[in-house]
Amino acid sequence: MTFWRKVFAITWKDVLSEFRAREIITSVLVFTILVIIIFNFAFGERVEMVAVAPGMLWVTFTFAGVLSLNRSFILEKEDGCFEGLLVSPASRDVIYTGKMLASLVFLLVIEAIALPVFAFLFNLTVLTPEITAITLLATIGFVACGTLFSALATNTKARELVLPILFLPVVVPVIIGAVNASELALSGKSWGDMTGWLGILAAFDVVFLTVAYLVFDYVIEE
Amino acid sequence: MLSRILLALSLVLLVTSLALIFFVVPTERTMGVVQRIFYWHVPLAWNSFLAFFVVFIASVAYLWKRTKNWDILASASAEVGVVFTTLFLISGSIWAKPIWGVWWTWEPRLTTALVLWLIYIAYLLVRAYASSSERGARFAAVVGIVGFLDVPIVFLSITLWRTQHPSAVIFTGGLADPRMILTLVVSIFTFTALYALLLVQRVAFKKGEEDLRRLKRLAESE
Repeated sequence: MTFWRKVFAITWKDVLSEFRAREIITSVLVFTILVIIIFNFAFGERVEMVAVAPGMLWVTFTFAGVLSLNRSFILEKEDGCFEGLLVSPASRDVIYTGKMLASLVFLLVIEAIALPVFAFLFNLTVLTPEITAITLLATIGFVACGTLFSALATNTKARELVLPILFLPVVVPVIIGAVNASELALSGKSWGDMTGWLGILAAFDVVFLTVAYLVFDYVIEE
Repeated sequence: MLSRILLALSLVLLVTSLALIFFVVPTERTMGVVQRIFYWHVPLAWNSFLAFFVVFIASVAYLWKRTKNWDILASASAEVGVVFTTLFLISGSIWAKPIWGVWWTWEPRLTTALVLWLIYIAYLLVRAYASSSERGARFAAVVGIVGFLDVPIVFLSITLWRTQHPSAVIFTGGLADPRMILTLVVSIFTFTALYALLLVQRVAFKKGEEDLRRLKRLAESE
Protein backbone atom coordinates (compact mmCIF):
# COMPACT_ATOMS: atom_id res chain seq x y z
CA MET A 1 0.00 0.00 0.00
CA THR A 2 1.15 3.51 -0.67
CA PHE A 3 1.69 6.07 2.09
CA TRP A 4 -1.62 7.86 1.58
CA ARG A 5 -3.71 4.69 1.42
CA LYS A 6 -2.35 3.65 4.82
CA VAL A 7 -2.95 7.16 6.16
CA PHE A 8 -6.55 7.12 5.00
CA ALA A 9 -7.03 3.67 6.52
CA ILE A 10 -6.11 5.11 9.95
CA THR A 11 -8.18 8.24 9.45
CA TRP A 12 -11.14 6.16 8.30
CA LYS A 13 -10.80 3.89 11.35
CA ASP A 14 -11.09 6.94 13.64
CA VAL A 15 -13.95 8.47 11.69
CA LEU A 16 -15.83 5.15 11.64
CA SER A 17 -15.43 4.54 15.37
CA GLU A 18 -16.48 8.13 16.04
CA PHE A 19 -19.48 7.65 13.76
CA ARG A 20 -20.52 4.57 15.76
CA ALA A 21 -19.72 5.78 19.28
CA ARG A 22 -20.43 9.49 18.71
CA GLU A 23 -18.20 10.37 21.63
CA ILE A 24 -15.86 13.20 20.68
CA ILE A 25 -17.98 15.31 18.36
CA THR A 26 -21.14 15.19 20.47
CA SER A 27 -19.53 15.99 23.79
CA VAL A 28 -17.14 18.63 22.45
CA LEU A 29 -20.00 20.27 20.58
CA VAL A 30 -22.08 20.48 23.75
CA PHE A 31 -19.04 21.85 25.56
CA THR A 32 -18.50 24.44 22.81
CA ILE A 33 -22.06 25.70 23.06
CA LEU A 34 -21.73 25.85 26.86
CA VAL A 35 -18.59 27.95 26.58
CA ILE A 36 -20.32 30.33 24.18
CA ILE A 37 -23.22 30.69 26.62
CA ILE A 38 -20.84 31.29 29.54
CA PHE A 39 -19.15 34.02 27.54
CA ASN A 40 -22.54 35.57 27.03
CA PHE A 41 -23.01 35.72 30.80
CA ALA A 42 -19.52 37.11 31.27
CA PHE A 43 -19.92 39.94 28.77
CA GLY A 44 -23.69 40.32 28.61
CA GLU A 45 -25.05 43.36 26.88
CA ARG A 46 -22.37 45.69 28.20
CA VAL A 47 -19.99 45.36 25.32
CA GLU A 48 -20.10 45.68 21.59
CA MET A 49 -20.31 42.09 20.30
CA VAL A 50 -18.08 42.70 17.28
CA ALA A 51 -15.26 43.75 19.62
CA VAL A 52 -15.23 40.59 21.72
CA ALA A 53 -16.54 38.05 19.20
CA PRO A 54 -13.16 37.11 17.64
CA GLY A 55 -11.65 36.50 21.08
CA MET A 56 -14.68 34.50 22.22
CA LEU A 57 -14.68 32.45 19.06
CA TRP A 58 -11.03 31.46 19.36
CA VAL A 59 -11.00 30.83 23.09
CA THR A 60 -13.94 28.50 22.49
CA PHE A 61 -12.27 26.71 19.60
CA THR A 62 -8.97 26.42 21.48
CA PHE A 63 -10.67 24.73 24.44
CA ALA A 64 -12.66 22.53 22.08
CA GLY A 65 -9.38 21.61 20.40
CA VAL A 66 -7.71 20.63 23.68
CA LEU A 67 -10.69 18.51 24.68
CA SER A 68 -11.03 16.71 21.38
CA LEU A 69 -7.27 16.19 20.89
CA ASN A 70 -7.00 14.70 24.36
CA ARG A 71 -9.54 12.02 23.45
CA SER A 72 -7.71 11.15 20.25
CA PHE A 73 -4.99 9.15 22.01
CA ILE A 74 -6.74 8.30 25.28
CA LEU A 75 -9.19 6.21 23.24
CA GLU A 76 -6.27 4.39 21.63
CA LYS A 77 -4.88 3.54 25.05
CA GLU A 78 -8.00 1.61 25.99
CA ASP A 79 -7.94 -2.14 25.30
CA GLY A 80 -4.42 -1.91 23.86
CA CYS A 81 -5.55 -0.34 20.57
CA PHE A 82 -2.36 1.64 20.39
CA GLU A 83 -0.16 -1.45 20.63
CA GLY A 84 -2.20 -2.88 17.75
CA LEU A 85 -1.51 0.24 15.75
CA LEU A 86 2.21 0.04 16.52
CA VAL A 87 2.57 -3.58 15.38
CA SER A 88 0.57 -2.93 12.21
CA PRO A 89 2.64 -2.44 9.03
CA ALA A 90 1.96 1.30 9.22
CA SER A 91 5.09 3.34 9.94
CA ARG A 92 5.15 6.02 12.64
CA ASP A 93 4.78 8.92 10.22
CA VAL A 94 1.73 7.22 8.73
CA ILE A 95 0.21 7.00 12.23
CA TYR A 96 0.91 10.70 12.83
CA THR A 97 -0.60 11.81 9.53
CA GLY A 98 -3.62 9.52 9.92
CA LYS A 99 -4.41 10.60 13.48
CA MET A 100 -3.80 14.24 12.59
CA LEU A 101 -6.24 14.10 9.67
CA ALA A 102 -8.87 12.41 11.84
CA SER A 103 -8.56 15.14 14.48
CA LEU A 104 -8.75 17.73 11.71
CA VAL A 105 -12.00 16.22 10.44
CA PHE A 106 -13.50 16.15 13.96
CA LEU A 107 -12.56 19.74 14.75
CA LEU A 108 -13.76 21.02 11.38
CA VAL A 109 -17.11 19.27 11.87
CA ILE A 110 -17.41 20.83 15.34
CA GLU A 111 -16.51 24.27 14.00
CA ALA A 112 -18.86 23.90 11.04
CA ILE A 113 -21.72 23.40 13.50
CA ALA A 114 -20.52 25.92 16.10
CA LEU A 115 -20.01 28.81 13.66
CA PRO A 116 -23.68 28.99 12.55
CA VAL A 117 -24.70 28.74 16.22
CA PHE A 118 -22.39 31.62 16.92
CA ALA A 119 -23.80 33.62 14.03
CA PHE A 120 -27.32 32.88 15.20
CA LEU A 121 -26.80 33.77 18.88
CA PHE A 122 -24.80 36.94 18.41
CA ASN A 123 -26.14 38.16 15.09
CA LEU A 124 -22.75 38.10 13.40
CA THR A 125 -21.86 37.34 9.83
CA VAL A 126 -19.24 34.67 10.43
CA LEU A 127 -20.14 32.45 7.50
CA THR A 128 -17.85 34.16 5.02
CA PRO A 129 -15.00 32.82 2.84
CA GLU A 130 -12.56 34.86 4.97
CA ILE A 131 -13.62 33.29 8.28
CA THR A 132 -13.67 29.85 6.63
CA ALA A 133 -10.09 30.25 5.42
CA ILE A 134 -8.89 31.54 8.81
CA THR A 135 -10.64 28.68 10.60
CA LEU A 136 -9.11 26.11 8.27
CA LEU A 137 -5.57 27.48 8.63
CA ALA A 138 -5.81 27.82 12.41
CA THR A 139 -7.32 24.36 12.84
CA ILE A 140 -4.52 22.78 10.81
CA GLY A 141 -2.08 24.49 13.19
CA PHE A 142 -3.99 23.15 16.21
CA VAL A 143 -3.99 19.55 15.03
CA ALA A 144 -0.43 19.66 13.67
CA CYS A 145 1.09 20.28 17.09
CA GLY A 146 -1.89 18.97 19.09
CA THR A 147 -1.57 15.44 17.72
CA LEU A 148 2.10 15.33 18.72
CA PHE A 149 1.42 16.64 22.23
CA SER A 150 -1.65 14.44 22.68
CA ALA A 151 0.41 11.32 21.95
CA LEU A 152 3.04 12.59 24.38
CA ALA A 153 0.54 13.49 27.12
CA THR A 154 -1.24 10.12 27.14
CA ASN A 155 2.09 8.44 27.88
CA THR A 156 2.69 10.50 31.04
CA LYS A 157 1.32 9.98 34.52
CA ALA A 158 -0.83 13.10 34.52
CA ARG A 159 -2.31 12.30 31.08
CA GLU A 160 -5.00 14.83 30.13
CA LEU A 161 -3.48 17.52 32.35
CA VAL A 162 -0.29 17.63 30.33
CA LEU A 163 -1.84 18.48 26.95
CA PRO A 164 -3.16 21.99 27.79
CA ILE A 165 0.06 22.90 29.62
CA LEU A 166 2.10 22.06 26.53
CA PHE A 167 -0.40 22.99 23.86
CA LEU A 168 -1.54 26.45 25.00
CA PRO A 169 1.80 28.28 25.14
CA VAL A 170 2.96 26.73 21.88
CA VAL A 171 -0.18 27.68 19.90
CA VAL A 172 -0.01 31.33 21.02
CA PRO A 173 0.87 32.45 17.46
CA VAL A 174 -2.16 30.61 16.07
CA ILE A 175 -4.47 32.23 18.60
CA ILE A 176 -3.04 35.73 17.99
CA GLY A 177 -3.20 35.22 14.23
CA ALA A 178 -6.71 33.78 14.19
CA VAL A 179 -8.17 36.39 16.57
CA ASN A 180 -6.69 39.35 14.70
CA ALA A 181 -7.55 38.03 11.26
CA SER A 182 -11.13 37.28 12.40
CA GLU A 183 -11.39 40.79 13.84
CA LEU A 184 -10.44 42.25 10.47
CA ALA A 185 -12.77 39.88 8.65
CA LEU A 186 -15.73 40.68 10.92
CA SER A 187 -15.24 44.41 10.45
CA GLY A 188 -15.46 43.90 6.70
CA LYS A 189 -11.82 44.36 5.74
CA SER A 190 -10.47 42.82 2.55
CA TRP A 191 -8.08 39.90 2.08
CA GLY A 192 -5.20 42.30 1.55
CA ASP A 193 -5.41 43.60 5.14
CA MET A 194 -5.16 40.08 6.54
CA THR A 195 -2.13 38.87 4.59
CA GLY A 196 0.23 39.26 7.55
CA TRP A 197 -1.96 37.21 9.85
CA LEU A 198 -2.74 34.53 7.28
CA GLY A 199 0.99 34.35 6.62
CA ILE A 200 1.72 33.70 10.28
CA LEU A 201 -0.97 31.00 10.43
CA ALA A 202 0.41 29.37 7.27
CA ALA A 203 4.00 29.57 8.55
CA PHE A 204 3.00 27.94 11.83
CA ASP A 205 1.18 25.17 9.93
CA VAL A 206 4.17 24.43 7.72
CA VAL A 207 6.72 24.50 10.56
CA PHE A 208 4.64 22.34 12.90
CA LEU A 209 3.50 19.82 10.30
CA THR A 210 7.16 19.30 9.38
CA VAL A 211 8.62 19.23 12.89
CA ALA A 212 5.84 17.10 14.39
CA TYR A 213 6.13 14.67 11.48
CA LEU A 214 9.88 14.36 12.13
CA VAL A 215 9.80 13.96 15.92
CA PHE A 216 6.56 11.97 16.31
CA ASP A 217 8.59 8.79 16.16
CA TYR A 218 10.29 9.61 19.49
CA VAL A 219 7.00 10.25 21.26
CA ILE A 220 5.33 6.90 20.64
CA GLU A 221 8.30 4.56 20.70
CA GLU A 222 7.95 2.06 23.54
CA MET B 1 38.53 22.10 38.82
CA LEU B 2 36.45 23.67 36.04
CA SER B 3 33.74 24.62 38.48
CA ARG B 4 36.34 26.18 40.85
CA ILE B 5 37.63 28.37 38.04
CA LEU B 6 34.12 29.32 37.00
CA LEU B 7 33.21 30.12 40.60
CA ALA B 8 36.21 32.42 41.00
CA LEU B 9 35.55 34.02 37.62
CA SER B 10 31.85 34.59 38.40
CA LEU B 11 32.66 36.14 41.77
CA VAL B 12 35.25 38.52 40.36
CA LEU B 13 32.99 39.48 37.47
CA LEU B 14 29.94 39.96 39.70
CA VAL B 15 31.83 42.34 41.97
CA THR B 16 33.30 44.20 38.97
CA SER B 17 29.91 44.45 37.32
CA LEU B 18 28.29 45.80 40.51
CA ALA B 19 31.12 48.31 40.97
CA LEU B 20 30.74 49.50 37.38
CA ILE B 21 26.96 49.80 37.73
CA PHE B 22 27.01 51.73 41.00
CA PHE B 23 30.21 53.80 40.82
CA VAL B 24 31.39 54.13 37.24
CA VAL B 25 28.54 54.26 34.77
CA PRO B 26 26.86 57.69 34.38
CA THR B 27 23.16 58.02 35.17
CA GLU B 28 21.00 57.86 32.08
CA ARG B 29 19.52 61.28 31.23
CA THR B 30 15.82 60.51 30.77
CA MET B 31 15.24 57.49 33.00
CA GLY B 32 17.49 58.27 35.93
CA VAL B 33 18.98 55.87 38.44
CA VAL B 34 16.52 53.03 37.83
CA GLN B 35 17.93 52.56 34.34
CA ARG B 36 20.94 50.87 35.97
CA ILE B 37 18.86 47.70 36.32
CA PHE B 38 19.21 47.45 32.55
CA TYR B 39 22.83 46.26 32.97
CA TRP B 40 21.64 43.07 34.65
CA HIS B 41 18.29 42.77 32.92
CA VAL B 42 19.71 42.47 29.40
CA PRO B 43 22.48 39.94 30.26
CA LEU B 44 19.90 37.78 32.03
CA ALA B 45 17.71 37.86 28.95
CA TRP B 46 20.56 37.05 26.57
CA ASN B 47 21.78 34.21 28.69
CA SER B 48 18.33 32.70 29.08
CA PHE B 49 18.14 32.58 25.28
CA LEU B 50 21.58 31.01 25.26
CA ALA B 51 20.39 28.45 27.81
CA PHE B 52 17.35 27.51 25.70
CA PHE B 53 19.51 27.31 22.60
CA VAL B 54 21.73 24.83 24.47
CA VAL B 55 18.56 22.88 25.40
CA PHE B 56 17.63 22.75 21.72
CA ILE B 57 21.07 21.53 20.59
CA ALA B 58 21.35 18.99 23.42
CA SER B 59 17.81 17.73 22.72
CA VAL B 60 18.57 17.12 19.05
CA ALA B 61 21.83 15.41 20.03
CA TYR B 62 20.03 13.26 22.60
CA LEU B 63 17.40 12.01 20.16
CA TRP B 64 20.12 11.29 17.66
CA LYS B 65 22.79 9.67 19.86
CA ARG B 66 20.70 8.53 22.82
CA THR B 67 23.45 9.12 25.33
CA LYS B 68 22.40 10.09 28.84
CA ASN B 69 24.90 12.96 29.00
CA TRP B 70 23.10 14.97 26.34
CA ASP B 71 19.88 14.63 28.27
CA ILE B 72 21.55 15.73 31.49
CA LEU B 73 22.98 18.77 29.71
CA ALA B 74 19.56 19.66 28.24
CA SER B 75 17.70 19.41 31.54
CA ALA B 76 20.39 21.31 33.49
CA SER B 77 20.39 24.09 30.91
CA ALA B 78 16.59 24.28 30.95
CA GLU B 79 16.59 24.70 34.73
CA VAL B 80 19.13 27.53 34.62
CA GLY B 81 17.24 29.06 31.69
CA VAL B 82 13.96 29.07 33.63
CA VAL B 83 15.67 30.71 36.64
CA PHE B 84 17.26 33.37 34.40
CA THR B 85 13.99 34.02 32.60
CA THR B 86 12.20 34.41 35.95
CA LEU B 87 14.83 36.91 37.12
CA PHE B 88 14.71 38.75 33.82
CA LEU B 89 10.91 39.04 33.99
CA ILE B 90 11.10 40.30 37.59
CA SER B 91 13.90 42.79 36.87
CA GLY B 92 11.96 43.97 33.83
CA SER B 93 8.91 44.61 36.01
CA ILE B 94 10.91 46.56 38.57
CA TRP B 95 12.33 48.67 35.76
CA ALA B 96 8.97 49.14 34.04
CA LYS B 97 7.08 50.40 37.09
CA PRO B 98 8.82 53.78 37.52
CA ILE B 99 9.38 54.30 33.78
CA TRP B 100 6.09 53.23 32.23
CA GLY B 101 3.98 53.48 35.39
CA VAL B 102 2.90 49.84 35.14
CA TRP B 103 4.44 46.57 36.29
CA TRP B 104 3.65 44.87 33.06
CA THR B 105 3.10 45.82 29.46
CA TRP B 106 2.33 43.55 26.51
CA GLU B 107 5.45 44.64 24.71
CA PRO B 108 6.64 42.03 22.15
CA ARG B 109 9.88 41.10 23.91
CA LEU B 110 8.24 40.85 27.33
CA THR B 111 5.33 38.84 26.02
CA THR B 112 7.61 36.50 24.09
CA ALA B 113 9.68 36.01 27.26
CA LEU B 114 6.54 35.14 29.19
CA VAL B 115 5.46 32.57 26.60
CA LEU B 116 9.02 31.21 26.53
CA TRP B 117 8.98 30.88 30.31
CA LEU B 118 5.69 28.94 30.15
CA ILE B 119 7.00 26.60 27.44
CA TYR B 120 10.07 25.69 29.50
CA ILE B 121 8.03 25.26 32.67
CA ALA B 122 6.01 22.76 30.62
CA TYR B 123 9.33 21.21 29.57
CA LEU B 124 10.25 20.62 33.22
CA LEU B 125 6.75 19.34 34.05
CA VAL B 126 6.73 16.82 31.19
CA ARG B 127 9.98 15.43 32.50
CA ALA B 128 8.56 15.17 36.01
CA TYR B 129 5.30 13.53 34.90
CA ALA B 130 6.88 10.87 32.68
CA SER B 131 6.50 7.31 33.89
CA SER B 132 10.19 6.49 33.44
CA SER B 133 13.29 8.66 33.24
CA GLU B 134 14.12 7.41 29.76
CA ARG B 135 10.65 8.37 28.57
CA GLY B 136 10.90 11.71 30.35
CA ALA B 137 14.17 12.38 28.55
CA ARG B 138 12.65 11.58 25.17
CA PHE B 139 9.49 13.65 25.76
CA ALA B 140 11.44 16.59 27.15
CA ALA B 141 13.75 16.51 24.12
CA VAL B 142 10.73 16.73 21.82
CA VAL B 143 9.39 19.72 23.79
CA GLY B 144 12.86 21.29 23.81
CA ILE B 145 13.01 21.14 20.01
CA VAL B 146 9.41 22.13 19.28
CA GLY B 147 9.43 24.92 21.89
CA PHE B 148 12.60 26.50 20.56
CA LEU B 149 11.37 26.45 16.96
CA ASP B 150 8.14 28.08 18.13
CA VAL B 151 9.90 31.13 19.61
CA PRO B 152 10.53 33.03 16.34
CA ILE B 153 6.89 32.52 15.27
CA VAL B 154 5.68 33.68 18.69
CA PHE B 155 7.88 36.78 18.50
CA LEU B 156 6.78 37.55 14.95
CA SER B 157 3.08 37.22 15.75
CA ILE B 158 3.34 39.30 18.93
CA THR B 159 5.34 42.00 17.13
CA LEU B 160 2.73 42.17 14.39
CA TRP B 161 0.00 42.27 17.02
CA ARG B 162 1.60 45.08 19.03
CA THR B 163 2.51 47.26 16.08
CA GLN B 164 -1.19 47.74 15.48
CA HIS B 165 -1.54 49.23 18.97
CA PRO B 166 0.54 51.98 20.54
CA SER B 167 3.69 50.50 21.99
CA ALA B 168 5.93 51.74 24.73
CA VAL B 169 9.23 53.37 23.97
CA ILE B 170 12.17 51.34 25.27
CA PHE B 171 15.15 53.54 24.63
CA THR B 172 15.29 57.08 23.46
CA GLY B 173 18.85 58.12 24.07
CA GLY B 174 20.66 54.90 23.26
CA LEU B 175 23.92 53.92 24.91
CA ALA B 176 25.60 57.26 24.42
CA ASP B 177 28.48 56.90 26.85
CA PRO B 178 31.32 54.38 26.24
CA ARG B 179 31.19 53.52 29.98
CA MET B 180 27.62 52.29 29.45
CA ILE B 181 28.75 49.93 26.72
CA LEU B 182 31.67 48.73 28.87
CA THR B 183 29.33 48.02 31.82
CA LEU B 184 26.90 46.15 29.60
CA VAL B 185 29.64 44.03 28.03
CA VAL B 186 31.17 43.18 31.43
CA SER B 187 27.72 42.27 32.78
CA ILE B 188 27.02 40.03 29.81
CA PHE B 189 30.27 38.17 30.47
CA THR B 190 29.37 38.05 34.17
CA PHE B 191 26.11 36.28 33.56
CA THR B 192 27.57 34.01 30.91
CA ALA B 193 30.15 32.90 33.48
CA LEU B 194 27.39 32.46 36.07
CA TYR B 195 25.35 30.46 33.56
CA ALA B 196 28.35 28.22 32.84
CA LEU B 197 29.00 27.77 36.57
CA LEU B 198 25.39 26.83 37.36
CA LEU B 199 25.27 24.54 34.33
CA VAL B 200 28.47 22.71 35.30
CA GLN B 201 27.23 22.35 38.90
CA ARG B 202 23.83 21.02 37.88
CA VAL B 203 25.35 18.61 35.36
CA ALA B 204 27.74 17.26 37.99
CA PHE B 205 24.86 16.93 40.46
CA LYS B 206 22.66 15.08 37.99
CA LYS B 207 25.51 12.77 37.02
CA GLY B 208 26.01 12.02 40.71
CA GLU B 209 22.31 11.22 41.03
CA GLU B 210 22.55 8.94 38.03
CA ASP B 211 25.57 7.10 39.51
CA LEU B 212 23.81 6.72 42.84
CA ARG B 213 20.77 5.24 41.14
CA ARG B 214 22.96 2.79 39.26
CA LEU B 215 24.77 1.74 42.44
CA LYS B 216 21.47 1.28 44.23
CA ARG B 217 20.20 -0.97 41.46
CA LEU B 218 23.44 -2.89 41.58
CA ALA B 219 23.18 -3.30 45.36
CA GLU B 220 19.60 -4.49 45.09
CA SER B 221 20.42 -7.10 42.50
CA GLU B 222 23.30 -8.52 44.59
